[in-house]
Amino acid sequence: MIADIGFIFLILTLLTALYSAIAAFYGARNDKPSYVESARHAMLLAWPLITLPTLALIRLLIDGQYHIQYVARVTSNTMPIYLKITALWGGQAGSLLFWTWMMAACAFAVSVRKWDRDREFLPWVIFVTMVTLLFFLSLVVFFENPFRRLWIMDSGQQVSAMLQPSGTMPFVPSDGLGLNPLLRHPGMIIHPPMLYLGFVSFVIPYAYAIAALITGRSDDRWIRITRRWTLVAWLFLSLGLVLGSRWAYDVLGWGGYWGWDAVELAALIPWLVGTAFLHSVMVQEKRGMFKQWNMFLIILTYSLVIYGTFLTRSGVIDSVHTFAQSAIGPVFLIFIAFMFISSAVLLVRQWDTLRGEHPLVSWLSREMLFLLNNLLFVILAAVYELGVHFPIISEVFTGVKQSVSPDWYESISAPLMFILLVLMGLAPLSAYGRHSAKALGRSIWIPFGFSSLIPITLFFLGIRNVAAHLGVWSLAFVVAVTGYEFWRGARARQNRHDEYFLIGLLNLFRRNRRRYGGYIIHLGVVLMALGIIGAEMYQSETQGALAVGESLSLEGYELRYDSLSQFYIPGGQFITRAVVSVFRDGKLLGEIYPRQDYFPDSRQSMAVPGLRSRLNADLKVLLVGWESIGLEGATFKVYHTPLMTCLWLGAAVFILGTAVAAWPEKVREIVRRRPGASLSAARA
Amino acid sequence: MRKKINTAACCFIVVIMSFAVVRASAQEGQPTDDDVNAIAKQLYCPVCENTPLDVCGTQACIDWRVEIRQKLTEGWSEEEIIQYFVDRHGMQVLVQPPAEGFYLFIYIVPPLILFMGILILMCAVRGWRKHVPVESPGLSPDEQDFYMTRIEDELRRRQDDA
Repeated sequence: MIADIGFIFLILTLLTALYSAIAAFYGARNDKPSYVESARHAMLLAWPLITLPTLALIRLLIDGQYHIQYVARVTSNTMPIYLKITALWGGQAGSLLFWTWMMAACAFAVSVRKWDRDREFLPWVIFVTMVTLLFFLSLVVFFENPFRRLWIMDSGQQVSAMLQPSGTMPFVPSDGLGLNPLLRHPGMIIHPPMLYLGFVSFVIPYAYAIAALITGRSDDRWIRITRRWTLVAWLFLSLGLVLGSRWAYDVLGWGGYWGWDAVELAALIPWLVGTAFLHSVMVQEKRGMFKQWNMFLIILTYSLVIYGTFLTRSGVIDSVHTFAQSAIGPVFLIFIAFMFISSAVLLVRQWDTLRGEHPLVSWLSREMLFLLNNLLFVILAAVYELGVHFPIISEVFTGVKQSVSPDWYESISAPLMFILLVLMGLAPLSAYGRHSAKALGRSIWIPFGFSSLIPITLFFLGIRNVAAHLGVWSLAFVVAVTGYEFWRGARARQNRHDEYFLIGLLNLFRRNRRRYGGYIIHLGVVLMALGIIGAEMYQSETQGALAVGESLSLEGYELRYDSLSQFYIPGGQFITRAVVSVFRDGKLLGEIYPRQDYFPDSRQSMAVPGLRSRLNADLKVLLVGWESIGLEGATFKVYHTPLMTCLWLGAAVFILGTAVAAWPEKVREIVRRRPGASLSAARA
Repeated sequence: MRKKINTAACCFIVVIMSFAVVRASAQEGQPTDDDVNAIAKQLYCPVCENTPLDVCGTQACIDWRVEIRQKLTEGWSEEEIIQYFVDRHGMQVLVQPPAEGFYLFIYIVPPLILFMGILILMCAVRGWRKHVPVESPGLSPDEQDFYMTRIEDELRRRQDDA
């Protein structure tokens, strides 16, 4: 019954979205505001409507209604309630429904905004948003219906269908298969919603961009309206990526935080292009330049968001993340092609009206540095796409599905990231418009001198790795420039407003949240990059089989195997847990508890590393194997990763900076006039 | 409960077997786990997608690591062992494709993309530097009047509210 109600409301949502798109289009083409208003109301209705099937599926998951195929696949009797709820996005059909629900929520938020101004955008924003929603709803209803029931044929073969096929009987398994053990982690519980929210939020700036193209508005109004949407989308996408990395670090047993997996890259690539867009729109706002480029970037970001979802869902690329092979691949490709080509046609039609309002006059101007930054982000995205698709290309030409290695990605990323960091340092020192080398030289020498001290110090401390020196210098340069910018801003306020230095510093954030939030983001990037340098250049590992009382040594640490125990925990997992004592210079630092969890419902094991995390380095111990009788011996793999904590601290600073930049600013009173004086009179 | 323990115990046999091998070979003069892993991390698991052999826990990977250890004990070099797996299972077992033949593509294209990007940027910048700035189209007098009337209405309303 609940499944039927859920499915009926899914169809109702589909019809509502269809009506909304058609009414918006008809209203705009025939200049009938009543149709547009009706379309807006339909868009408003879509979210409450799709909330019902989403809640229905959650109810089915909690109740363990295993006659529903999706429920039988992703839950089991032993799973706690919170995991049953999160199983909503633990499988293909449920995650698509959840994606669609979030998309509808964004559409709802757009439709409730004040539409007194920019009325001409409204029908096209509705149209684009609803077409995207309609596509995902169609996938849920026609291809990946989460409410399909299980039926059994006389031959014993199981089938799934919404209505009973002839010659079958209802089939109700006594238990489900349960959620993949790898997904039973706090990071994985929050990671998908953050990622989806980031993905779907990018649809809104795209919808406004298309509305601007259709209506022929060549000003930056669409950018100003969607500024916060873009920042929020970027914030959630960043959060999703960071949480995914943390999950990989905690759960996947390779000792790292990023595996250059196709699906990780499917989320990173739109983030890269979105980052280019975030920088580039500032130039359009300040100088009226890069209008064509910004349109291209947002169209590309949207296409990559949908394409990333396609990669995850279709099974076209092998990955630890992808869901099973599915029939939705071709439909996805057709939709992406349709949206990209129609957007490109609109852009080409408006190409001339989107010319810049100022010429590019200086190679060292801020807009030029932003352009270089954009170029590098887009090149990185293009190269990563090549890496993701190389197995397919290789299979076509050689018949062998050959992947590229993490080393390949890293060797390309490192030099480009270095240039990006240098640009991150240079850009705040340059100015818009004309900016000479002499002027840049005047402002650069203090941060340059300060940052150069760091690699010199490292050299005298015995670090001889040139790549590490360059990397650390670029980070110090960004820190110096950012510090210099804060100091200059606060000093200026101190002189002009007679404020205390710290008050002036705080007021900088109050007056220009986006700019100074951006600087905090830069500092977060610096910390993250420091963690990456430590992990990529200085990580070491060892593995060994030990008897109780024996030790392994790594980087001055001694790890003694003390004991091993096996037991069940509530929830049904069978745990094998080792106790390992950590010593340095003969002094006991503490204990680490690596373990292996066995999940009887899904018959899978998962290694849960023991971790000793400190600011200078992480010590991670994996229990690889053990003797079953007597539990006397065990094999351990140990990773020593310097500066790993900096990566997570940097991520927190990064997110904080994005939140500061996206935080709404108070609307300042900008028009003051004498009583009785009209604006027309003032203009005259 | 006994049944569950039995099931769990069966599933761990794989791990136990590998451990027994590891223990037996951890003798003096024998290859260490680190020696095995140094080669294993250059090969992909034959079962899991894009998972290097040194971190994979499947039976297939355990068997391959045992094989690597045996070859090392027999005195095979690193190159010989990797070639042995390539000969038996094809190029796809290699984590790092070799920079030869068709695989040169993956090493040539990224610098080409960078070069093309810079070229396009240079052309675009040259165009923009020559370009005579176009004023924003702005609003027609009718549109301006419409917006000015709305602003004045708004200001009047605010004044009345105050």
